Amino acid sequence: MQVTRRQFFKVCAGGLGASSMAMLGFSPNDALAEAREFKLTRTTETRNTCPYCSVGCGVLIYSLGDKAKNVHGKVTHIEGDPDHPVNRGTLCPKGAGLLDFVHSPNRLKYPEYRAAGSKEWTRISWDDAFTRIAKLMKEDRDKNFIAKNKDGATVNRWVSTGFLAASASSNESGYLTHKVVRSLGMLAFDNQARV
Amino acid sequence: MTNHWVDIKNADLILIMGGNAAEAHPCGFKWVTEAKAHRNAKLIVVDPRFTRSAAVADYYAPIRAGSDIAFLGGLINYLLSNDKIHHEYVKNYTDFSFLVKDEYKFENGIYSGYDAEKRKYDKSTWGYQIGKDGFVVTDPTLKNPRCVYQLMKAHYSRYTPEMVSDICGTPKDAFLKICEMIAETSKADKTMTIMYALGWTQHSQGSQMIRTGAMVQLLLGNIGVAGGGMNALRGHSNIQGLTDLGLLSNLLPGYMTLPGDAEQDYKTYIERRAFKPLRPGQMSYWQNYGKFFVSNMKAWYGDAATKENNWCYDWLPKLDKGYDILQVFENMNNGQVNGYVCQGFNPLASAPCKVKISGSLAKLKYLVIIDPLTTETSEFWQNHGEYNDVDPSKIQTEVFRLPSTCFAEEDGSLVSSSRVLQWHWKATEPPAEAKADPEIIAGIFFKLKEMYKKDSGAFPDPILNLNWKHRQPNAPSPEELAKEFSGKALKDVIDPKDKTKVLVKAGEQLNGFAELRDDGSTSCGCWIFAGSWSEKGNLMARRDNSDPFGLGQTLNWAYAWPANRRILYNRASCDLTGKPYDPKRKVIAWDAAASKWTGSDIPDIKADSPPEEGINPFIMNPEGVARFFAIDKMAEGPFPEHYEPMESPIANNPMHPDNPLARYNPAARVFKGDWETFGKADKFPYVATTYRLTEHFHFWTKHSKVNAIMQPEQFVEIGEDLAKQKGIKAGDHVRVRSNRGFIIAAAVVTKRLKTLTVSGKPVHTVGIPIHWGFMGLAKNGYITNTLTPFVGDANTQTPEFKAFLVDVEKV
Repeated sequence: MQVTRRQFFKVCAGGLGASSMAMLGFSPNDALAEAREFKLTRTTETRNTCPYCSVGCGVLIYSLGDKAKNVHGKVTHIEGDPDHPVNRGTLCPKGAGLLDFVHSPNRLKYPEYRAAGSKEWTRISWDDAFTRIAKLMKEDRDKNFIAKNKDGATVNRWVSTGFLAASASSNESGYLTHKVVRSLGMLAFDNQARV
Repeated sequence: MTNHWVDIKNADLILIMGGNAAEAHPCGFKWVTEAKAHRNAKLIVVDPRFTRSAAVADYYAPIRAGSDIAFLGGLINYLLSNDKIHHEYVKNYTDFSFLVKDEYKFENGIYSGYDAEKRKYDKSTWGYQIGKDGFVVTDPTLKNPRCVYQLMKAHYSRYTPEMVSDICGTPKDAFLKICEMIAETSKADKTMTIMYALGWTQHSQGSQMIRTGAMVQLLLGNIGVAGGGMNALRGHSNIQGLTDLGLLSNLLPGYMTLPGDAEQDYKTYIERRAFKPLRPGQMSYWQNYGKFFVSNMKAWYGDAATKENNWCYDWLPKLDKGYDILQVFENMNNGQVNGYVCQGFNPLASAPCKVKISGSLAKLKYLVIIDPLTTETSEFWQNHGEYNDVDPSKIQTEVFRLPSTCFAEEDGSLVSSSRVLQWHWKATEPPAEAKADPEIIAGIFFKLKEMYKKDSGAFPDPILNLNWKHRQPNAPSPEELAKEFSGKALKDVIDPKDKTKVLVKAGEQLNGFAELRDDGSTSCGCWIFAGSWSEKGNLMARRDNSDPFGLGQTLNWAYAWPANRRILYNRASCDLTGKPYDPKRKVIAWDAAASKWTGSDIPDIKADSPPEEGINPFIMNPEGVARFFAIDKMAEGPFPEHYEPMESPIANNPMHPDNPLARYNPAARVFKGDWETFGKADKFPYVATTYRLTEHFHFWTKHSKVNAIMQPEQFVEIGEDLAKQKGIKAGDHVRVRSNRGFIIAAAVVTKRLKTLTVSGKPVHTVGIPIHWGFMGLAKNGYITNTLTPFVGDANTQTPEFKAFLVDVEKV
């Protein structure tokens, strides 16, 4: 239990003079005490859901930073949400490790590209990635799109490029993905529900 | 789940089979503990391994992996021959009395209409006798030998306790003990819940295993009641949501289906799905298919979808066959696929037969990875020593790896196994340049759209006209997208009963799917989610956990589909007069004074229809009742039949020892070159099964330091008998081989895997956890799916990860 000199004098200002306190044998280091501030006091609490299994446990994420525009918040703690009717504050060994998933050194940070036959990744810009991917997709789609089958029936499908969607992504991401994928005429389309 | 996590506390008996909730869904399993502690409920676990769920069970029985239909078929036989069924329930709420066509037959393991060469059935004989009035002919006396009850009784009479024990390796007394315990719940005031997971789906006959479980529950009257149901414990946090939203080869949102090549005519497409009632006075809710479909097309194509162009019907791709993940990798392997996008999906680790997946990926021209983590798939081309021994210079695939956000860095909703859509909030910014998925999808789509606008190309219309009304077009917000799938009125929606009354004004969010129209006046991107974001606001974000009835329904917590209903088919919890079978667990009841159904849940029936009107509880079925006889809905037959896994340790199917056609699932799809990749028992004598551990989630948590510390190294589990036979001690390294490759891992020698006697011979089981790979913070390991066979369930094509053959040797 520590207190700074400044805090010590502040405390003393309303009562005895600092010098007389000192004369009585009190000194800042071993005399005055204050409970260490609770670690979560200055954090922001955000309600979220565990992204692993389908129990859908409520979690509370605690982060430093006040969500101001140019503040990059740092998640410091994640625990079960005690108000949640299913998990009632509990988390399993998977969910209890969520903080280390968020901060995993293996999180991807930048768009990367691996050229044909290459042994390594190189960084590219988002715009470059989008442009090159779209070009490859269009090339393949224009070449292999099937407007009519051999009997002359309208089928409008593109099956030479496929898409696997993420069953850990939100409904909103999934909805948009589906809408775009079908507009391109894709059928080779699945999510983890298949496996 | 037909029911939900908290509802498990209302059960008297819990059967965990084909799953291991204590380890794979620990915080949901807590409700099993709750039922045991506060209701004195009993827990039965049937599993090849003595799992942690089994460790707290009141009764455990071992079973050979892949033989569940035999076990459950024997249970059906027990219930029918000992008359332990809920008579009133099955008579009124199921197809017990329905007459089946005379041409339908089942002989020596094969149903009528089989084409052995194509390995497919012509299902035209698998149907009902239809009367002159257009309805199914019934025999309420249940005496007609062609009624479903009699056919089912005859079918399962072959599943004697001796036969069950011979096929499953389950001791006969253990099987009978479980039958007795389960039969108790045929009483109207006793319920059992069944909890299952991938231990039932990942088989060449997985769908039929689940179906057999559902048949047991129907016989006992356990569907639609509190503490009952068929409860699928889904594997990912939003696998339910993505399935609901139709992100599968053949689906559209809300379980609508894409047309096939032959369905050129829009009207016929709708008519074939808008099923007319097969019994008098039934709801047959799919009659509204047109409303769901048109509203969906309005959400996708906006003003471009008009009555004149059949709401852009022709813009939808039509299916010549299914393009499930196995079919797509088969095509890729044959050089027919050039590009692949993996958004949060790691197929190199999670699809079967790694050597085939790896070789197929190397034939791609381009691969796009969208993921928060460094997946094995993203580095399939990189040499990672013994774990991924490839030569990058020989792999010509261009690979893009795009960083996406994780749960903590986005707003949005997920659907839990309980069918509850829960909203979550962003806590922090993503690392460095990572972007949220909608922004990445929009980024690629906008470049494509630009190129099609400038240079045109193959059929640009759906791309150029895709409805995209977002404040920031390059970054659609989760709020906007949620409102779009929930649905809104494009013009005033008028009350059909009173044309002067406006139900919803143009521009307002809809209250639910009952307000959808097929005239283009409503837009809704997923009809079963309709109302989740109404004019009252975002109902998925609700956080009132009050539980006024004590059944745990919490109707004001988030939003459940459909219509915020927590227990599906809940009309079946009441008798014909609308009184609950068990007043202590009242879900709903008919309130004659108020002239409506009321209770602790949203009624799963027309809310103001009195019981006398006779609308039956299974409103999505044109019959109005539940089906034991699946008519033409399943690939391998109307009644589930036991077939051996594609790789089986025994010489034949003990049910049909003389018919090789009935050894494996006769309708399972096997690609040409894959027959040779299946192993035989002479070289691979042991049954292998794969599973998860409680410390890990798939291939993600090996990237999380604390989880990597908890379970750092790959291992396999071997029973004491087999270990002794092979001279393997705990901690030794062993090589586990299938006909498709091998893995090397530490051996855990355990009492929890018992030697079973099957068809008169001892059968050993090898247990293989799935969580290792060559990326991550844990010790690198082999991908478990190196071992698994490239074959799936005949209906869903879900791979057979749970029962295949291996050999084991000490390294």
